[in-house]
Amino acid sequence: MKVTDINSKSHPTFFKEHQQKLYQSLEDKHTTIETIDDSDPLTARMILNMGPQHPATHGVLRLVLQLRGESIEKAKIDVGYLHRGVEKIAENKTYQEFMPYTDRMDYLSPYSNNVALCTAVEKIANVEVPERAHYIRMIGCELARISSHLLWLGTMVMDAGAVSFFIWTFREREKIYDIMDQLAGHRFTVSHSRIGGVHNDITPAAMGLIREFIETFPDELNDYHKLLDRNRIFFERNENVGVLSPENALRYGATGPMLRASGYALDFRKLEPYARYDDVEFEVPTRIEGDNLARYFVRMEEMHESIRILEQCLEKLPKGPVRTDNAKQAYPSKDEVYYSMEGMIHDFMMTDTGICPPEGAESYHAVEGPKGELGYYIQSDGTGHPWRLKINSPSFTNLQLLEIILDGEMVADTVVIIGGVDPVMGEADK
Amino acid sequence: MKLNLTPELKPVIDGLAETFGDQLVDIWQSTGHTFVRIVPDSITSVCRYLHDEHRFIYLSDLFGADRFTTEERFEVIYNLLSLRDRHRLFIKTWLEEENPVVDSVVEVWPAANWFEREVFDMFGVRFNNHPDLRRIYMPEDYEYYPLRKEFPLLGVPGSIDLPGTTPDME
Repeated sequence: MKVTDINSKSHPTFFKEHQQKLYQSLEDKHTTIETIDDSDPLTARMILNMGPQHPATHGVLRLVLQLRGESIEKAKIDVGYLHRGVEKIAENKTYQEFMPYTDRMDYLSPYSNNVALCTAVEKIANVEVPERAHYIRMIGCELARISSHLLWLGTMVMDAGAVSFFIWTFREREKIYDIMDQLAGHRFTVSHSRIGGVHNDITPAAMGLIREFIETFPDELNDYHKLLDRNRIFFERNENVGVLSPENALRYGATGPMLRASGYALDFRKLEPYARYDDVEFEVPTRIEGDNLARYFVRMEEMHESIRILEQCLEKLPKGPVRTDNAKQAYPSKDEVYYSMEGMIHDFMMTDTGICPPEGAESYHAVEGPKGELGYYIQSDGTGHPWRLKINSPSFTNLQLLEIILDGEMVADTVVIIGGVDPVMGEADK
Repeated sequence: MKLNLTPELKPVIDGLAETFGDQLVDIWQSTGHTFVRIVPDSITSVCRYLHDEHRFIYLSDLFGADRFTTEERFEVIYNLLSLRDRHRLFIKTWLEEENPVVDSVVEVWPAANWFEREVFDMFGVRFNNHPDLRRIYMPEDYEYYPLRKEFPLLGVPGSIDLPGTTPDME
């Protein structure tokens, strides 16, 4: 029985052409290094469909794996099961209206997405952001980074076999949700950032929670280190698994912790500093091994650095307004809206037309999201809606690498490697 | 418009103008970024030149845009990042409406593979010499290109073959 018969054996009910082409592309992959011996007396070869509904794929990721015994000969990835067309939606919304949609992109770190969009719009429309708002954004972004990395840590260690870890990291994430609740008024999809600043100032309650978190979290993090850093099972599962060489990482455009674990210290907080990242001190953790263990160390170090940034932000947090005062560029404060006619008109105009960047202007702005370079490209036609808005999502770029690093690995490691890449399908599928 | 180039970017633009001459259609700046428009035929040679000579070894993004109602309707934009000199450069090329085809840059940056598939999926721009040009988000059986401006926001009813909502619907 030849494995190449997969197309004649599969009888899909829906999207026939799609399935056929996918299997065909799997067959065509690496045709040059295909062994000449096509006979398979033990029928050790098989094609395994993993996902889209699989608990370990972090959403709706579909992998088509060609196995020989227990090792993966080649793999193909099928994305798009969560495609909602947010770029199309963006073209029909004002900039501010579109902002809540970005929460649903990388839903593990909504704050970074809000900031990424708002900074891109501010760049194209020339909006000045008050100093205090920059610092509040940085606090939010770093909390989002910790929250995202905690989920990654919990699920990845769970993928490697330790379930209780998941509960511990979620206990810490719960504290971040409480902070977000106090800071933004929402626990999960925060939508706190506004064009021209942030929605509201940090309340004393939120401040207290953040301070408490900064004090207690490093101890928790050290506990995680104690559990995993010398854990033999964890090492066996992760060391030399899913190795990505520095050359491949650059050629295939790896980003974020994936690239840094492969030896290249690319961090957009350093490369193109936004907000006030040039005023705080932090390191860019880097490893050269490029395997899953290196990714673990990079992300753990990043959480330490985030705490460091948070401490400096709280120390430096300046006094002042949290949103620009120019009514043509940002929403007026609610006090103004309720008690003055002009405020009411401005609020209406902002909701109806929104901010209008100059015609023909283009801008690109990238922030360092928890998963890597998260960039927004905006092309304006002079109206309140973007003519074209492109989201450069790190999960999409990193998923492409999965096709390369999966080849030659063991099938049991697939789950751990997906965990190490840390994709979020809401973002990869847009 | 007068260009305000950084010392790192100036040799790149000068080198491009010198090597490619009239294949360079336009150079402009917007919000601090530099955009270079070139003719579609020379896209691989320009990309190869930038990659080899000016160390733009990292392809940050590649995407399309629809310039609806203009003659050369489709636009493909290459977002390049030079890690050594820490700057970005945007390369653009405009394609005609009837048969939008451009050469693939997968040989220069393998990262372009999925990006080009996305442009193909969303705008119907075809890439020559692409190793695996399939749709990436939409199923292969889908007939439309969703990010084109004439595609309705609500989608086309009945265009996606979905399972029935009740179990015995045959």
